Amino acid sequence: MTFKKFSESFYSKLNFKLSNFNLALVLLSLFFCIPLIIICGSLFFPAKDVWTHLFDTVLVDYIFNSFALLIGVGFFSLILGVIPAWLISMYKFPMSRYLEWAILLPMSMPAYIIAYSYTGAFDAAGPVQETIRELTGWGYHDYWFPEVRSLGGAMAMLSFVLYPYIYLLTRASFTEQSVCVLEVSRTLGCNSVDAFRRVALPLARPAIIVGLSLVLMETLADYGTVQYFGVSAFTTGIFRTWFGMDNSLVAAQLSAVLLLFVAVFLYLERRSRTQLAFHHTSSRYSPLLKQKLIGTHAFFAFVVCFIPLLLGFIIPASFLFDWAISAYSGVFNKDFYILLLNTLMLAFVTALLALVVALFLGYTNRNSYSFINKFLVRFVSMGYAIPGTVIAVGVLIPFAWFDSRLDDFLKLHFNISSGLLISGTLFILVFAYLVRFLTIPINIVEAALGKIKPEMDEIAKTNGLSHINIVKRIHMPIMRGSLLTALLLVFVDVLKELPATLILRPFNFNTLAVRTFELANEERLADAAIPALAIVLAGIIPVIMISNSISRSRPGYE
Amino acid sequence: MNKIIKTAYIFIVFFIFQQLPSAAEVNIYSARKEALIKPLLVKFSEKTGIEVNLITGKADTFIKRLEIEGKNTPADILLTVDAARLVRAKEKGLFQEINSEVLNKTIPERLRDINNHWFGLSLRSRVIVFSPERVEAEDLTDYMSLSDTKWRGRICVRSSSNIYNQSLVASMIVHYGIDETEIWAKSLVKNFARQPKGGDRDQIKAVAIGVCDIALVNNYYLAGMLDSGQEDEVSFAMKTKLFWPGQDKYGAHINISGVGVTRHSKNKKRAIQLLEYLVTNEAQEWYSNVNYEYSVNPKIKNTGVLERWGAFVSDNINLSLLGKHNSDAVLLMDRAGWK
Repeated sequence: MTFKKFSESFYSKLNFKLSNFNLALVLLSLFFCIPLIIICGSLFFPAKDVWTHLFDTVLVDYIFNSFALLIGVGFFSLILGVIPAWLISMYKFPMSRYLEWAILLPMSMPAYIIAYSYTGAFDAAGPVQETIRELTGWGYHDYWFPEVRSLGGAMAMLSFVLYPYIYLLTRASFTEQSVCVLEVSRTLGCNSVDAFRRVALPLARPAIIVGLSLVLMETLADYGTVQYFGVSAFTTGIFRTWFGMDNSLVAAQLSAVLLLFVAVFLYLERRSRTQLAFHHTSSRYSPLLKQKLIGTHAFFAFVVCFIPLLLGFIIPASFLFDWAISAYSGVFNKDFYILLLNTLMLAFVTALLALVVALFLGYTNRNSYSFINKFLVRFVSMGYAIPGTVIAVGVLIPFAWFDSRLDDFLKLHFNISSGLLISGTLFILVFAYLVRFLTIPINIVEAALGKIKPEMDEIAKTNGLSHINIVKRIHMPIMRGSLLTALLLVFVDVLKELPATLILRPFNFNTLAVRTFELANEERLADAAIPALAIVLAGIIPVIMISNSISRSRPGYE
Repeated sequence: MNKIIKTAYIFIVFFIFQQLPSAAEVNIYSARKEALIKPLLVKFSEKTGIEVNLITGKADTFIKRLEIEGKNTPADILLTVDAARLVRAKEKGLFQEINSEVLNKTIPERLRDINNHWFGLSLRSRVIVFSPERVEAEDLTDYMSLSDTKWRGRICVRSSSNIYNQSLVASMIVHYGIDETEIWAKSLVKNFARQPKGGDRDQIKAVAIGVCDIALVNNYYLAGMLDSGQEDEVSFAMKTKLFWPGQDKYGAHINISGVGVTRHSKNKKRAIQLLEYLVTNEAQEWYSNVNYEYSVNPKIKNTGVLERWGAFVSDNINLSLLGKHNSDAVLLMDRAGWK
């Protein structure tokens, strides 16, 4: 690198241009960073005693279990996600048309619900083991049966419902890959396994990593499942310190440590691929002819794609369905419909806002070289790793502060009390969702923008297209599938969200997830089954929509 | 297209900023699940015309929320299912003193705060449930004796993150001091049949199918299973029996679900009206008939399962102490390896 080049890039990186867009980006990201900043701010207040106690007693356990969970869930969800994604993008086999979307269904299943239903069915007191004992006359201690509520069980539950993130993004990436690249690999003598391993997989790496990091962050933030299974993970520690020891400071510090850990992981991953480019190098797209599999190959492909669906959806849903039938009467009244409507509206509004914000951040960031911009956007997109409860408190503090100042001001000058203007409404809840879920659209928008070759913009510009028209007529058609995916992923995530909703929702406002949790928590599984199924059903429609839009977004799709 | 976007925009703004209607109302933060309190509130509204607004959730997060909201809090009442949380809320200055003759007369002194900041509404006991097939009732005495080596690998109990266990251990600390309680807890942990997991009903089922021989649970769970009308639940429950611990010593550990009026309540009068309703005979009978909890009013007669279980000697320490020793209890359980 010549000195001139070096100094140019150095200046362009340092030079923080205060254009309107940049300013808006900084303000907007800072706005969404507030809760995370509050959490990290806790690190400046020492609390040695509690940390000593944690070190001496439980911390090692928390860290070990969380690590084990990360590795286990990461491994299994990669296997369950990537391999079916490849098979379904490349081959035709029996039922592959249905499996293509059906395999996404577990996504609409909240982890704590699948945990409840597997436990209800396979635990020592469940019908399966009961039947074993009845048939054989054995007692509980006479046989071995895998323990559902264990570290391994928690890994399984989380993998079963989280692998669709990887499947979804990976398949989108496989389908977006230019067929020509694969054809070239074939002419160079790659067989189909090689084409997968040496061409498609490396090209799909950004997508796989985005999916994997979503899975891992969700794993770190999970509390419902690990708590129910008696696995002491890092989140258990956060809540125990907070509630049990009444020390919200150290709880926030533990969360900050979690954030740091995620930040380091993401940084290392990014650094390892800064030198690589992933956008299409060829502009030739041709329809992909899916190869038809027959015989044992077809059978194995079917089985491999069916297993995730079976584990993550068919088994738990059929138990839920069974319970739902026994508690069916009198559920579908007006209250239930209000509940359903509330949930859907909330999810839809949040998803829409999340996408708009992510698009804004993505575009502004794309056209800027500022360190600060990039850093802020990265920071905003870490919220997914923080447990909803912690985010909720991080959101509540600044808004309640603002409300209270406003109230004081209005009382002093106009003698009006505004009370809790913001923190008493749904706004605060939607905001908390955004802080937590923006990760998803930001990553997806960024990945989608990254695949649009810069030359395209330039060609369009020379052809006289305005900025808006470039976005509208060139970017949008290319990104349509990705954007829809982002929209629907947030939608489904909000449907399932529990902890932040529990704290921040206004009076008399419930969602399906809250209702399900309350009943399941009282160990009334039968009654909990109906709202649980409603979440699943409400999630199924968008899931099918996502899948269709991805198939259609394939280059050369006819 | 622009019209649609505008309409959508207005709609979204309206949707997320909609404010509560402010008629004659009382606002409640409730750690008690909706299904277990709403019916009573509906009855109250019908009687008085006062609208009751409810958010349910966890006591700890509500305490945090009240702290953060400060004087602007919309909540008039905090309802919890454990005395320790009421004490914590009081210590943080979230409640106010309530002078109500009705409350003072109906609720015995040890079931309410010294300064009348909080009041118990219903009573429950943490009892021993055992398998009559594998355990002789004569072998059972009090909580302390559960550390005996003869129970090695035979006891089920849920996690120490659970507030009921924390309060039980806090009561042990009151009676025996921290050191002796810690020795007890360490031996108790050695007697666990499995890592703590699940809820109280889970422990009862575990006893029924032979995972363990005895379990520590709140008594209303057993009653709820017996009365559930669901075949499998009933058959599990029937395979176990209830034992009242410590009848010739300190008595069985009890806890309350309770309530306090928030310090910055804007509807204090109506809030007190609701509290007074909750201790009427009608409401108290509902608690015992539907939730299988004991009334705080000693004059109310028990029915059904509770009647069959009969009277018992309850630990009569001041319930404020459960709150005072809560943190000690958690630290102690950490040290004892009670997950």
